[in-house]
Order: sequence, then structure tokens, then C-alpha cells
Amino acid sequence: MKNIITVNDLCLWYGNHQALHHIHMDIPKNSVTAFIGPSGCGKSTFLKTLNRMNDLIDDVKITGEVRYNNQDIFSPSVDVNMLRKEIGMVFQKPNPFPMSIYDNVAYGPRTHGIKNKVKLDEIVEKSLKDAAIWEEVKDRLHKSAMSLSGGQQQRLCIARALAVEPKVLLMDEPTSALDPISTAKIEELVTVLKEQYTIIIVTHNMQQAARISDQTAFFLLGELVELDSTKRLFSQPKEKRTEDYITGRFG
Amino acid sequence: MRKKFDEQLKLLHKELTKMGVLCEDAIETVAKSLLSRNQTLEETMDSLNHEIKQLRRSIESLCLDIIMQQQPVAKDLRKVSSAMKMVTDLERIGEQATDMSNLILHLHEAYVFEYNQIHQMAKDTINMVTDSMDAYVQKDAEKAKRVILFDDVVDLKFKEIKKDLIHRIAQNLDQGEDALDLFMIAKYFEGMADHAVNVARWVHFSILGYSLKENGEVEGRHNI
Repeated sequence: MKNIITVNDLCLWYGNHQALHHIHMDIPKNSVTAFIGPSGCGKSTFLKTLNRMNDLIDDVKITGEVRYNNQDIFSPSVDVNMLRKEIGMVFQKPNPFPMSIYDNVAYGPRTHGIKNKVKLDEIVEKSLKDAAIWEEVKDRLHKSAMSLSGGQQQRLCIARALAVEPKVLLMDEPTSALDPISTAKIEELVTVLKEQYTIIIVTHNMQQAARISDQTAFFLLGELVELDSTKRLFSQPKEKRTEDYITGRFG
Repeated sequence: MRKKFDEQLKLLHKELTKMGVLCEDAIETVAKSLLSRNQTLEETMDSLNHEIKQLRRSIESLCLDIIMQQQPVAKDLRKVSSAMKMVTDLERIGEQATDMSNLILHLHEAYVFEYNQIHQMAKDTINMVTDSMDAYVQKDAEKAKRVILFDDVVDLKFKEIKKDLIHRIAQNLDQGEDALDLFMIAKYFEGMADHAVNVARWVHFSILGYSLKENGEVEGRHNI
């Protein structure tokens, strides 16, 4: 399988504190990669590095390289807005904008210059369908997004991310604030979306990683301890630290 | 929701059913060769046995994948754990049918072909294997229970055959070797019937959540 993202020897510091240590990783196209590890292990920091969200934090220093479609994302020639259009993000807490369902999804395409109403309608419908929420909202597209349930809001946020036609979707614990039914819907959605997109998901729920991902990366204290196919990592991990963590015998 | 999980369970059902059909084939093939000579018995049985073993391996690995990826609970957990137990018994049925076929190749045909009691025992055993798999496919706990209880009939037949063969040997020592081989064949059928009972017990557990003892009484230890 072709790799869409390749990470070489990536280190990251917040001031004097080194948060990531020499990470190497390949992300195959159209796959689901899960990042697991205890809080503070660097998995979210690493995720945010992949579309340069860490640029927004002061005093961050990064060495090493992240190649997206074989181009170094830290190169001065890279347009960060275009990068984030290609590599979209969904956060832990659903964060719809305080506007209508329609405007939430149309927001991204509008910023990228699409004004045509017919075209926008098309994008909104397709994105909501791809995010498996169209049937639930098609009759109230102009109602406030804040009126949706938490699970619906999260799928709306996924639709909003999909509206700018990204290639990669970064998901930072997208179900940790949701009930089991909404969680199952998002999980189902992820396995469908990987046909068209490449998905990287941070999760505290190891069972979730086992259920939906193709490969899993275990992080500890800023280090990538182990990266392997999900089946292998959960049935015969190579590292004792991985085994201890996934079997709940950590520390 | 949980589409992949449902697909995996569907596949498990399909593979297990297929394994059951192959076991029925194996035992039927060997039983027929007790009635008339089958020139290709050895090859047929070897290939069936090989396929059965392959299925046992692939079903076990599918079950492990399901447990690891889906963390099944309730009826799903029973389904997966029962499947892992059932394949062992089904595999044994295939092995015993193959062992039996090796024995048949060296028997005096006339002696076996005319021995009606063994044919009846074969028929009963085949029915038990078929019914235990039917109970699985149709999710029919009552049918599974009937298989468990029917084992007494086969056991009784085995005892009758044993008695009859002792009598035959006593009457004519020249028939001793054939009689002993026939006794072994009867023992194989009796063993396969026991495996069919085990399959039926797991089918019962999978459907209702509790097992039955050999005498059909409720067994407590598997309750969840």
C-alpha cells in the first residue's frame, strides 16, 4: 500500500520539555491508524503535528520531517491553509459553530471561494451523507447546529471536515464525549470513510482501536514504543511495555 | 451499526455450517463403504479430513480475531466460545471417520456387508451428527436436547453389538479378527455419537446460555 504520510526522526519540544522523541512512522493511504497510550504520552501532540496545528502554540520547536504526499510539510513553500484543507481535523468535544447546520458545512467551501448556491447545496448534501447524518437533518438544515445531540454534533463536525474534500482526517478522541450508541455510529462511519480517506485517530479506548483500526501505534512518554498491524499489536505485542499497557498491567 | 462484527459472525456461521456438512459427508461416506466397496475410499476420506482440519484452523483464528477486535458479550460471546469448542469435536468426528476407513479396507467384505446391526448404528450416528448441526443452523435448542438424549440409544446398540460379537467369536474362532475389527468400527461410531452430543451441548449453550448434562439435566457451571 502507498504511504500518504511518512514521518522521519521527528522530535518536538515545548520550551525545554521534549514531548516527542525521534518518531518514525508510515501512514498507508486509505487505512485507519490508531494512536493509543496514557495521558501525556504525546499522541495528541503528534497528531496535531501532522497538520501543523502546533504552529499555533508559542515556544514549540520541531526537528525531523513529516512528508505528506512526499512533500515536507515544514518546508517554507507549504501553504498551511492548503495543508489543513488536505489534512482535516475532528476534535474531542463536538464544536459546531453557532450557526445553522447548513452554514456549518458550507463554511469551509465558502472560505475556499465557492459561492455558487447549487454547488454549495451539493457539497453540503454529500458531506452530510458521507458523515451518516443526512437522514437525521435533511429537513432542518437551516436550524441551529446547537440544537443537535452530542453525537449528531460530532457527525456534523465530521461533515464539516469532509466538506473541503480532505485526503486525511485526524480525529482526536472523537467519541470520548459520546454515549455508546453515538460512539458505535462514529466507529461505523470511520470504517466506511477509510474507503475514500486516510484516517488517524487518537483514542483512550483500546477496544475502539482494536475494533476499527488497521494499524495501531502505542506511545509512552513521548516515544513511539510500538507500531504494528492492529491484529498483531493486540495479540502478540513485541514490547513488554505495550503488553503491560494493553493488558491493564501498566506501572 | 457494528456492520463488520455482524459480517464476521455471519462468516463464522457459514464456515461452521460448512465444516458440519463436511463431517456429515465423511461419516456418510464411511458408512456407505460398510455396505458396498468404495474403490476411492482412502482418497475421498483423506481429502475430506484435510478440508475439515483446515476449516478448524480458520474458524479458530476467526474466533480469536472476533474476540480481540469486537469483545463480544452475551449471545455473541456464547456464539464465539461455542464455535471454538464445536470445531474440536467436529474435527474429531472427521478423524475418527478417516481412521475407520483405514480399518474397513482390510475387512472381509461379506462379513461386514451382511452385518445389519452396524448399519443401523451407523444410521443413528449420522442422524445425531446431522441433527446437532441442524440444531445449530436452525437455532433449535429442543433439537439439540434430543440429540443429547438419543446418545443412550447408540450406547445401547453398541453394547448389543459387543455381546453379539463375543457370541460369534465363541462360536467360530476363525471369525475372531473380523469380529474384532467390526467391534472397533462400532466403537468408532459410538465415539462419533459422543462428539455429536458435545456439539449439541454447545449448540444448546449458545442458544439458551446454559448447558445440559449427558442425561439432559441442566448443568450449572456454564451459566452466565
